[in-house]
Amino acid sequence: MSEPASGSSVPRSRSPETGSGVRLEVIRAGVRTTVQDLGRPGLAHLGVPRSGALDAGALRRANRLAGNPPGAAGLEITLGGLRARVTRATTLAVTGAPCPITVDRRPADPGLPLAVRAGAVIDIGRATAGLRAYLAVGGGLTVPPVLGSRSTDTLSGLGPDPVRDGDVLPVGPATALPPGVDVAPHPPPRGTLRLRVWPGPRDDWFTGDAWRTLLSAEYRVSTQTDRVGARLTGPVLTRAIDGELPSEGLVLGAIQVPADGQPLIFLADHPTTGGYPVIGVVDPSDVDLLAQARPGTTLHFTPAPP
Amino acid sequence: MRARRAGPSAILIELPGDDAVSAAYELLTGLRERGELTAAEIVPAARTVLLDGVPDPDRVFRLLPGDATPTPPGTEGNTQITITTRYDGEDLDDVARLWGTDRAGVIAIHTGTEFRVAFCGFAPGFAYLTGLGPHHHVPRRATPRTRVPAGTVALAGPYSGVYPTASPGGWQLIGRTRETLFDLDNDPPALLTPGTVVRFAEEP
Repeated sequence: MSEPASGSSVPRSRSPETGSGVRLEVIRAGVRTTVQDLGRPGLAHLGVPRSGALDAGALRRANRLAGNPPGAAGLEITLGGLRARVTRATTLAVTGAPCPITVDRRPADPGLPLAVRAGAVIDIGRATAGLRAYLAVGGGLTVPPVLGSRSTDTLSGLGPDPVRDGDVLPVGPATALPPGVDVAPHPPPRGTLRLRVWPGPRDDWFTGDAWRTLLSAEYRVSTQTDRVGARLTGPVLTRAIDGELPSEGLVLGAIQVPADGQPLIFLADHPTTGGYPVIGVVDPSDVDLLAQARPGTTLHFTPAPP
Repeated sequence: MRARRAGPSAILIELPGDDAVSAAYELLTGLRERGELTAAEIVPAARTVLLDGVPDPDRVFRLLPGDATPTPPGTEGNTQITITTRYDGEDLDDVARLWGTDRAGVIAIHTGTEFRVAFCGFAPGFAYLTGLGPHHHVPRRATPRTRVPAGTVALAGPYSGVYPTASPGGWQLIGRTRETLFDLDNDPPALLTPGTVVRFAEEP
């Protein structure tokens, strides 16, 4: 499937729900901004992808700083570039890719709770490293959930549309006070990424050389990287078994090797099943790092402890 | 039966065929319902069942019944669905030629087969239906269509399926139904879930 299914009966309401009456007014959406929470796990047997924030750890941190439960919905802002206004005094928090931030044109800090007045305008500038910044609003974004999640699934078209200039997003009532935090730096790593990888489930479909190559060679994140997966470029991984593999279930972080031998690592919007063999699986705790890797980033794989 | 690790919290169980997949899927979902297995996802596919979100995959190896192939499950007790279909698909004549019959013959075979949902995938609510005999398997189209409308009934390989939403697709199109295959207001949202028994009926 090369494009999101269209014509689905997914509700796409943009009107604020009843509730707290607080709204986040998006003045400028940036290159690619979506609403994300922790996704809709448990439905893969119906063909429904997990979806959710690509850097789930960063969304959790933003929620904690804004006084929200970990699974509240926020904005995933690719490369920064968002400007938005809140209609009532609340707490905001920005995590993930480091970006210059201002509130009402005054510099503000990422990784800290930001108490803002009613009508305050937050600007999240262009990311200086990494790919994806997360904005949490006290109370969380309360666009209508679809199958228990407010995440935009770019593969299957479930959940709200990507955020556009002028969108008005409802915010729920704040449930807790933000924590007292002095410093909460969490910059994404720069330079080469090291990802721990587990062999299998189909490493035996490859030559022994292919596994050694994966662990010794340098790969680069290609420009063909989106919420479905990160394509890599580097030495070709050669197959030992030709022919077709019947479709089978896929996990987050699966390293699938299509016919051209160039690996692709699946991220949150990955399809639930696939037919190319999976040589290894990136440890789930390293997938957040990969989600912040810009095209051109060099990757090394190291064996995960058995 | 063979199990392979897929990272720290998932295992992929290999099975000899779709009957064994259905049996293993029922066994594992039953274990989970009774609280004897923790798994966030149990995903049947063509020759495998994936367990994901498993806190202790090594313990699951011990739960599995060794080399013994589970008995193919019966279909009594499973949900039964009839899908009323207008057989006017663009590839109906091609399928008739591949099957050595005519349009009426294709309709008779398709409506005369008891299908079962082997697994879902490709898109939310897209079910892979097994039941056609080996001599009624057909290849995919050489060139996939860029848009197949929602409700299209189609064939590829050993499977029959119905497109839940409009999407690109390379299957052989034999008809269309007005049934809604994926409805967010239903629980579960998919009309066809693994194990469901499906029959097709010609629209009068």
